[in-house]
Amino acid sequence: MPWIDACATEDIDAEDLIRWDHGGQTFAIYHSPEGEFFATAGLCTHEQVHLCDGLVMGHLIECPKHNGQFDYRTGEAKRAPVCVNLRTFPVRVEGGRVLVEVA
Amino acid sequence: MAKRNYSPFGPDAKRAVESGLTAAEWYHSEVPRKVMKELMARSDGPAIRDTVILYGSMILLAGIGIALWPSWWSAPFWLAYGVLYGSASDSRWHECGHGTAFRTPWMNTLVYEIASFMIMRNSATWRWSHARHHSETYIVGRDPEIAVMRPPELAKLFLNFFGILDVIRFFPTLIRNALSGPTAAEKTFVPQSEWGKVQRVAIIHLSIYAATLGLALWLGSILPLMVIGLPRMYGAWHHVMTGLLQHGGLADNVVDHRLNSRTVYMNPISRFIYWNMNYHVEHHMFPMVPYHALPRLHEVIKDDLPPPNRSIAEAFAEMWPAIRRQVVNEDYFIKRDLPPTARPYREDFHQYVPGMMRPAAAE
Repeated sequence: MPWIDACATEDIDAEDLIRWDHGGQTFAIYHSPEGEFFATAGLCTHEQVHLCDGLVMGHLIECPKHNGQFDYRTGEAKRAPVCVNLRTFPVRVEGGRVLVEVA
Repeated sequence: MAKRNYSPFGPDAKRAVESGLTAAEWYHSEVPRKVMKELMARSDGPAIRDTVILYGSMILLAGIGIALWPSWWSAPFWLAYGVLYGSASDSRWHECGHGTAFRTPWMNTLVYEIASFMIMRNSATWRWSHARHHSETYIVGRDPEIAVMRPPELAKLFLNFFGILDVIRFFPTLIRNALSGPTAAEKTFVPQSEWGKVQRVAIIHLSIYAATLGLALWLGSILPLMVIGLPRMYGAWHHVMTGLLQHGGLADNVVDHRLNSRTVYMNPISRFIYWNMNYHVEHHMFPMVPYHALPRLHEVIKDDLPPPNRSIAEAFAEMWPAIRRQVVNEDYFIKRDLPPTARPYREDFHQYVPGMMRPAAAE
């Protein structure tokens, strides 16, 4: 699977996320409080709302529409109304750039 | 236009899906990401303070009511207790259901379960109905929480100031949920994985009511029911009053909360009971902002919203004639002017919605 250059590490504040679109897909890229980076599918599994306007709290992303929560490290659905896990994508950081392995 | 059909299985629901209305993107005011992050930030402090005041006051008022019972001198204490039980529980149910009131999840869950019991809502069912209310606010046939259906039935609205219809509807559903899980209509918005929980919650609620009724019969007094159950009726008026103002007289089948929701400035006591849900346009536009940050959010986006009503009385003076007019013309709604600083209503959002956004209906 190809590793795609998504953004610079400095593009995302700590404990926040950005939207990234590539190849007809939309993703969310996260910067954890510990300085790690993660990537998930961009749309909430409940009602297809983009997570980029949501709130990152620790390792949780809260959907801006219905307050459902996922652990963005694993994609696990943590709070109703989300029941279906979020897809995650491998991420690595090289030379200040965030690379995402897009399936 | 044909009469509205509010059934989730009816033609309006079908048309809303087929027209794309249910999948449409809703309007929201622009707020810089940095500001929004500050507004969304969670904390336990304000909700712990308010919850201690609320439950402390309820214990005190009920205690005095019981001590003075059966004297009429107990009546003012019951009336105050009833509003906290039968109305403040509505806003606690609401905010804790969103998970925004407290930062700590178990605190939201605990207060949500207590409030759901007091307001007579199945905590498992209503979490999902409210999610739908936010996805498809006042879309006919799709939103299960439309308080004023058109044409409005004024007698029903009046009866609900005393919780009469809510309570009459609640107990048969509670028994049915306890025996066999969610109803067919509830299954349209509650996922199957949650059906067992609906039944378990119903059994718990039913058991508490049965125990309270049993105690009342054993004592030969309605006193236990004055503490549990009846305050949902004699204290309901405040949450019905504020609840009607949320969307009453405004548009349905639109995708801009400035057209279907109302912000009203209220006195501090009502704001405590209502937990700032008087900022209702703001809440619907940005439901992840906690109740205690809504006044700040209002300051940020108010130039993009219709001017708020300045009091409960002023809001009723706007809403009530519109509701009465809807009795004979159910397409009528109030379309409020936006300030010059606001982005205009997007007519193209709504032109495909049958009967909506016509000047004749708006005026």
